[in-house]
Amino acid sequence: MAFLEAQNVSKGYGPAWNRSEVLRDINLTIEEGEFVAIIGYSGAGKTTLMSLLAGLITPDTGTVKLEGREIKEPGPDRGIVFQNYSLLPWLTVYENVALAVDHIFPQWTAEQRRKHAEKYIRMVNLEPAMQKVPSELSGGMRQRVSVARTLSLEPHILLLDEPLSALDALTRATLQDEISRIWQETRKTVVLITNDPDEALLLADRVIPLSAGPGATLLDSIAVPLERPRDRRALLECREFKRLRNEVVDRLLESKRKPTTAITRKLVLPDIQPEDISITTSRFVFGAKRKPKRPHEVQPVKVEVEV
Amino acid sequence: MSKLKLDSLLLPLVGIAFCVLLWWSIAGKSITKQTKDDWGDVVTVTKRVGLSADLPTPGETWKASRDYIVKPFAKRGELDQGILAFTWLSLKLVAQGYLIALLIGTPLGFCLGLSKTFTKVCDPIIQILRPVSPLAWLPLGMVLFLSAKINIPGVGIYTASELAALFTIAICSMWPTVMNTAVGVRAIPQDYLNVARVLKLSKTKTLFKVLVPATLPYMFTGFRLSLGIAWLVIVAAEMLTGKPGVGGFLWQQYNALSYAHIILCILTIGVVGYVLDRLMSVVEARFKTI
Ligand SMILES: Nc1ncnc2c1ncn2[C@@H]1O[C@H](COP(=O)(O)OP(=O)(O)OP(=O)(O)O)[C@@H](O)[C@H]1O
Ligand SMILES: [Mg+2]
Repeated sequence: MAFLEAQNVSKGYGPAWNRSEVLRDINLTIEEGEFVAIIGYSGAGKTTLMSLLAGLITPDTGTVKLEGREIKEPGPDRGIVFQNYSLLPWLTVYENVALAVDHIFPQWTAEQRRKHAEKYIRMVNLEPAMQKVPSELSGGMRQRVSVARTLSLEPHILLLDEPLSALDALTRATLQDEISRIWQETRKTVVLITNDPDEALLLADRVIPLSAGPGATLLDSIAVPLERPRDRRALLECREFKRLRNEVVDRLLESKRKPTTAITRKLVLPDIQPEDISITTSRFVFGAKRKPKRPHEVQPVKVEVEV
Repeated sequence: MSKLKLDSLLLPLVGIAFCVLLWWSIAGKSITKQTKDDWGDVVTVTKRVGLSADLPTPGETWKASRDYIVKPFAKRGELDQGILAFTWLSLKLVAQGYLIALLIGTPLGFCLGLSKTFTKVCDPIIQILRPVSPLAWLPLGMVLFLSAKINIPGVGIYTASELAALFTIAICSMWPTVMNTAVGVRAIPQDYLNVARVLKLSKTKTLFKVLVPATLPYMFTGFRLSLGIAWLVIVAAEMLTGKPGVGGFLWQQYNALSYAHIILCILTIGVVGYVLDRLMSVVEARFKTI
């Protein structure tokens, strides 16, 4: 039995008479301990899919099951890192994490809980910022707090919704390595949403492209048989990596092209014969001398048009 | 920098000076004339002339009020005290009424913000009660507490007129708190609620760990506006109940024809209201940083 399973899930927003379908025919199975990356266009419905897996919203049709039980509501066993951090702005970094820890592990002593919270803050290198409130942090730091808070719940499955999208390339690389390390240590099931093919291939066992919306659906998954631990520099040279990368990108592009190819537009120009398009460099020329040009006299002019 | 300071200090002074001048120009002035009466005796007649003949000039107001200002805490009688002594009495009453308003208004606002059904039930009632003037509430309060006399040990005895005044202050000043709290609760970002849902916080924990902190900035805006109204109402309440305080003093002095004291009271009420508003703004700004 699959660890996480979605069957024929669809989801739309809006009232019945004006419903916009976001996701349709979503079928997904994820095994325990697997690292799956879902990659798709902005606005395709990635966050919607994540919310469905987390139980924050319920599907219109179909079911989502975790460990055989249907997901009906959110819970701390599914740790989600929200795309927009969702930190509580009136609490410090430590308090944000501690709120989660204190609530999830009430049976522990205060000392144990404090140690636990600090451990995860240290894991994301935020010890110096522990007593700061989110408004004093950079975007990337906030995202790290959010990661720490989620990890501290010790969830069965990690749902990461573009956790690194707000970061600069360097910090991003560091945190990718961090995620990779944490995953190898804990072997948790991870669903990572991203818009970066390199990131997906670097981290995941399997990459699933999400087709372009509206009515997005998951395409066939692409296994990533690259050796672990993966070194980003070595990967750039690796031919298998390049092939996989092209495949992911091609699939996504293809899914986007499909609906637009249906519309063939022809540029229709008005049928007007040019009269005289010669440019006089000398004085003004009036009436009699202005002879209409015949079509065969007109010199073809090459015009480059950017498409 | 120094220009800025000058501007923010000088320009208001210019405005105030202009107002005083305007006041002075319309106020009545005493003119003393010596005339011979019908019997041929010389008598001095004092007449007031001016646009508003009975309005005292700034100078006369100061002269008449000096005693009340330089000895602000003097107590010569129940209705003849220093101006700060009166202010203190008024503030005490306002504070109590205001407290009641907050204690009722905040939870009411939360309920309105959280429940659409409750909003639909209450909205028409609130919209009808909100614009009613304190002058209309006070008689109703008198009727409501006609035979009531509450003795709270350690606080004091509340008579019908005091209870009516508190009732009026509370019911008039409650609405900004109610409205702002409700708006604040409705404006809480879904993200914060999602955090509570993922953690499966209990209802009370969600309320105190997420809803209340997220609404605080709105609540304090409501609190500030409510305090302004509570202070506005005090005059009406004291006038009608005859309680000692700035408003009671004002009304009594009007009846006693000492018009200078009316102006003293108006200025006091204005200044105190301004100070209260500034104080609340400071508190409010502290929560706005969130
Ligand atoms: N609460 C909502 N109500 C109505 N429409 C919504 C809602 N949430 C999302 N949508 C719509 O669903 C579509 C998918 O949104 P979603 O947030 O899932 O995209 P996304 O793939 O996460 O995009 P991004 O990469 O930019 O985060 C969008 O067209 C959006 O307008
Ligand atoms: Mg998203």
